[in-house]
Amino acid sequence: MSLALSKGVVKRRGKVILGPVDLALNAPDITIILGPNGAGKTTLLRVLHGVERLSSGALTLSKPDAQARQEQAYVFQSPIMLRRTVRANLAYPLELIGTAKPVIAQRVETWAERIGLADALDRHAPRLSGGEKQKLALARALIREPDVLFLDEPCANLDGRSTREIETLLKDAHLRGTQIIMTTHDLGQARRMASDVVFLLGGKVHERGAAGRFFVTPETPEAQAFLNGDIIE
Amino acid sequence: MTDIWAGLEAAFWLIVTLDSDLVEITLRSLQVSVTALVFASLIALPFGTWLAIRRFRYRRTAIAVLNALMGLPPVVVGLIVYLLLSRSGPFGVFGLLFTPTAMIIAQVIIITPLIASITHQAMRELWAEYHDLLISLNTTKRQRIMTLIWDGRRALLTAALAGFGRAIGEVGAIMIVGGNIDHATRVLTTAIALETGKGDFALALGLGFVLIALALAVNILIHSLSRTEQEGRW
Ligand SMILES: Nc1ncnc2c1ncn2[C@@H]1O[C@H](COP(=O)(O)OP(=O)(O)O)[C@@H](O)[C@H]1O
Ligand SMILES: [Mg+2]
Repeated sequence: MSLALSKGVVKRRGKVILGPVDLALNAPDITIILGPNGAGKTTLLRVLHGVERLSSGALTLSKPDAQARQEQAYVFQSPIMLRRTVRANLAYPLELIGTAKPVIAQRVETWAERIGLADALDRHAPRLSGGEKQKLALARALIREPDVLFLDEPCANLDGRSTREIETLLKDAHLRGTQIIMTTHDLGQARRMASDVVFLLGGKVHERGAAGRFFVTPETPEAQAFLNGDIIE
Repeated sequence: MTDIWAGLEAAFWLIVTLDSDLVEITLRSLQVSVTALVFASLIALPFGTWLAIRRFRYRRTAIAVLNALMGLPPVVVGLIVYLLLSRSGPFGVFGLLFTPTAMIIAQVIIITPLIASITHQAMRELWAEYHDLLISLNTTKRQRIMTLIWDGRRALLTAALAGFGRAIGEVGAIMIVGGNIDHATRVLTTAIALETGKGDFALALGLGFVLIALALAVNILIHSLSRTEQEGRW
């Protein structure tokens, strides 16, 4: 699915927190949105997914809106667990679209296996550990086999092992044809995952380019400073 | 001291022998309060949920009014219901004063704001937690409401139980509108007040134990509901 944002602006209490942003994203990339805290990464991601209203500008999708939303999934920075079992959390997105019960049961098993929670299906999801919650949120997002997956800092607060597991799941999903758009402020993760980089600064797209080029020869001094690990505003 | 002991002993026998007055009064109490609970819940649970989810112009005002209503002194509710139902009042023609129906009406007015307020609080919290996920999953309005009701079911039940606890222990309003008439409108609390006044501690204490047992049962239920939540059962 291709997504195009044109002159997108988001204001909060009269203050511009994002934009104006012109940005086109195409399958089958792994797009990483980079930038310091407060740059507007989360806001941009929510705008692209359509859960954040634009104050002005337009988002154009290559599919009709209703269908597009059905084929997108979003993993929030702090995982939102339904107050239900792991099994019920995994089944939920499928139940919403009326998937047949046996199909749901089988996909729930498959995904629980993939995220290493096959033995925890009957546990209460809000009582899982942070890493388990994040993996569950990811599996719940992938269970409808979305065209596009948005992730907001999926590995913030996770240890190395959980981070690796999540990156593996993401690469698998990408191989199966899911377009991935994620934010991170973990440069290592960006280097490992990105094929396409959007560098945000002060609510604007400061630099945009293929990962291979961006990480080696960034065009702007700010991007260079960010890659060096310097503190930038 | 001997009075109290004698009273306790007599109360004990009234309970184990299922004294007919005691049973009658207990059953009437339950009938009045459970009926009031059903009507109050039918109003308060949907209203509280709606207040939590829906944004509209006078939402804050509605919540403030609800909280103010929760603080209404029951005696005043009793007085108002009395005036409305008395022969010269607007609903006098129905002849409801000094009937269990009048007591049910008073209790509904007393506990509806309480149940609605607890419901609103719990559902607002749940909605804040779920909001982004439910929007992201492209749920219909109906699906959202069903999800909130299902995942908030313990909170809804807790709200209802709290309302029942308040209804069954209430005395001022139902004394005024019910009149505490023997074999007609006498319930646990009004009977205790009367028997204590008369100095018949046996029946008063016996009824008191029943009331305490009911209140305890309600609290144990509320407590175990929060346990099933944490353990992910039910
Ligand atoms: N609810 C809000 N009200 C006002 N300002 C906000 C709100 N949410 C975010 N912001 C501001 O918008 C800017 C971008 O935020 P965000 O998109 O969360 O950045 P990032 O994810 O890159 O850290 C920040 O300056 C932040 O302070
Ligand atoms: Mg963010």
